[in-house]
Amino acid sequence: MGDRSRLCSVWLGSETGILKGVSVSRKQAFNFCNTSHLSRDQEVRALCWGDPAESELLVGSVDGTVKTFSLEKGAFTETRRCGDPADGCFTGLAALGGSALLTCGECGTLRVWREDSGEPVTELDAGKNVCRMRQSPVHPHKVATGGKENGLKIWDLERPEKPVFTAKNLRDDWLDLRRPQWVKDMAFIPDSDKVVTCTGYHQVHVFDPSSPQRRPVLEAEFGEYPLTALSLPAAGNAVVVGNTHGQIATLDLRKGLVRSCLKGLAGGVRWLQCHPSQPVVASCGLDRFLRIHSLEDRKLQHRVYLKSRLNCLLLASRDLEDGGAATDGEGATQEVKEEEEEEDEVWDAMEQVEEKPKRKTTEEEEEEEPEKKSKKKRKKGRD
Amino acid sequence: MDITEVPVNQDDRGKKKKNKKTKNKTLTEEGSGESSGAEKKEEKMEKSEAAAAFPPTFSVSEIKNKQRRHLMFMKLKQEKRMQKMQLKKKKKKEREALGDKAPPKEVPKTIENQRVYDETTVDPQDEEVAFDEGTDEFSAYFNGLTNPKVLITTSDRPRGRTVRFCEQLATVVPNAHVYYRRGLALKRIIPQCIARNFTYLLVINEDRKVPNGMVLCHLPDGPTAHFKVSNVRLRKEIKRRGKDPTEHSPEVILNNFTTRLGHSIGRMFAALFPQDPQFVGRQVATFHNQRDFIFFRFHRYIFKNEKKVGIQELGPRFTLKLRSLQKGTFDSKFGEYEWVLKRHEMDACRRKFQL
Repeated sequence: MGDRSRLCSVWLGSETGILKGVSVSRKQAFNFCNTSHLSRDQEVRALCWGDPAESELLVGSVDGTVKTFSLEKGAFTETRRCGDPADGCFTGLAALGGSALLTCGECGTLRVWREDSGEPVTELDAGKNVCRMRQSPVHPHKVATGGKENGLKIWDLERPEKPVFTAKNLRDDWLDLRRPQWVKDMAFIPDSDKVVTCTGYHQVHVFDPSSPQRRPVLEAEFGEYPLTALSLPAAGNAVVVGNTHGQIATLDLRKGLVRSCLKGLAGGVRWLQCHPSQPVVASCGLDRFLRIHSLEDRKLQHRVYLKSRLNCLLLASRDLEDGGAATDGEGATQEVKEEEEEEDEVWDAMEQVEEKPKRKTTEEEEEEEPEKKSKKKRKKGRD
Repeated sequence: MDITEVPVNQDDRGKKKKNKKTKNKTLTEEGSGESSGAEKKEEKMEKSEAAAAFPPTFSVSEIKNKQRRHLMFMKLKQEKRMQKMQLKKKKKKEREALGDKAPPKEVPKTIENQRVYDETTVDPQDEEVAFDEGTDEFSAYFNGLTNPKVLITTSDRPRGRTVRFCEQLATVVPNAHVYYRRGLALKRIIPQCIARNFTYLLVINEDRKVPNGMVLCHLPDGPTAHFKVSNVRLRKEIKRRGKDPTEHSPEVILNNFTTRLGHSIGRMFAALFPQDPQFVGRQVATFHNQRDFIFFRFHRYIFKNEKKVGIQELGPRFTLKLRSLQKGTFDSKFGEYEWVLKRHEMDACRRKFQL
């Protein structure tokens, strides 16, 4: 079990409650299930890494439990009760340092849990109908929430009374009617204070809390259907969004134009994630497939059929293709080194053959010898 | 240019009936002295002569005269047909001569034979898929907890054909009620239907006096399928049909729904009819999927003896093609789609099917 979980570089949560691990290099998918019998209560709604070393996964289910899955052992190690099902499903799950957990439900209650107690240490009310909660990768105590008729709010967990930044709704439209707002997903842009959100009204907004403007700094539109997922690629200035029709597009954040579209999905996108170092994006959705596209040439690299509808996914920071080849790779490099050493020994053991100099002075002879040696080395390289 | 008299074997070129006409034409034209026309004829004649002498390197399309070209083409087709028949006869003879030792007959290639293997094909022993299906939105029906109750309606202001189609559908599907649409919004109708215990909402869309679309929405919170309807034949247009269907619940046949998507759609159709069919009525509704088109037929059958069955087609006949499957009740703008037909991506390969 443990060796299987170590192979997987992509983790997905499904509606049937099964945690799926996919090894892209081996083109295999593994199911990891907590109980022998499945139930829809265990539907996985949120996934996140339990620690920066990525050896543990936190899985949040519909019935309010958060399970910890250890990659080494390949099994679920503990279960925590973090909220009622009446509060709504998890819309965000994050790990704070030192076994503290941050959860947010659809009803808006953001809670910080410590391992010992069953009661939350801090509690926040982020409004009603929260669709997503995300933690800033740079400052773990900064959190953003947003939902239907609930604009983007950035909270600081050390000062839970008031949000640090509340976004203002867009200006009324040309008929002086209030614009509806529906934040579906957001992400913190690295190296700056900005936050990019995508809405159910097919808009992408960029907010800058450091500027006095509470309205979006940049507004872009894509398609005609609600945008459900968002991710930032490693190369900056762009954002990848997906909508309910299965259309995924890369938008440029400098001008707000659509840069490219990724094709292949047949159903609505539920979660998108770009790899932290490779220009690759993984998407999962209602059509029961995991697809990995390359961002540079927009081609589909891998497609895996996983039999249930998929809700969320997580990519490991290491190379996608690497997987369990970590141990194999080391073996290979060792072998290569050994071979090289052997070759060097062989060459050194051989006698150097000197060509007969044709009426040349001693200086030239000396020059010739190093030349011959370098020639020999070149030959070796060619071989 | 000089007009040379080329000895013409026109018997070869034209059919015997038309000989005289063509002969006359050429003679008169040559006589008139239009050099260009005559030249062409010359060339053609020379070519065709050469063709008769050497293996044919010309094609029928090079003849400019339409009648002659047509005749040539007919001749060519006849020859080909004859050759094919001869080949067949030869093979048959060989086959009979070999008797038992004859090699097995070759299976001709069809698009269904060449279908690209779909990785979502459901394996009957698969536990995960079984669990998924056992707990999905249709589980209440398949576990016997609810009985189907269907509301049939149309788009606003339907014309005669659509109205009659809806009436006939209501006789085919048991416990179905037809209501006039009155321009109401579907999103408003749905909560009212749920309150009155309806399990399905079936909306026939009409365009230019002909039904062309169907929205099938499973009611408490179920998926909504949108189909394109074509080739609708009402009862009076069906030849050799039986008497009108009775009130007995029909049996349901679902053919060839093999992939995961096909399974979902198949279950949707199955849940339209009550779970226990009344075999006394001897009626059967068939949903046959072939190449992503779903053919609906309604028959009455009678067993003449153990091996022979007679069937009579009753009821309307139509063809469906799935355009989208949406999770949740009807919400085309903000709903999440489980599957959407993307023509340019999915219809690119002729051998790949989705259902």
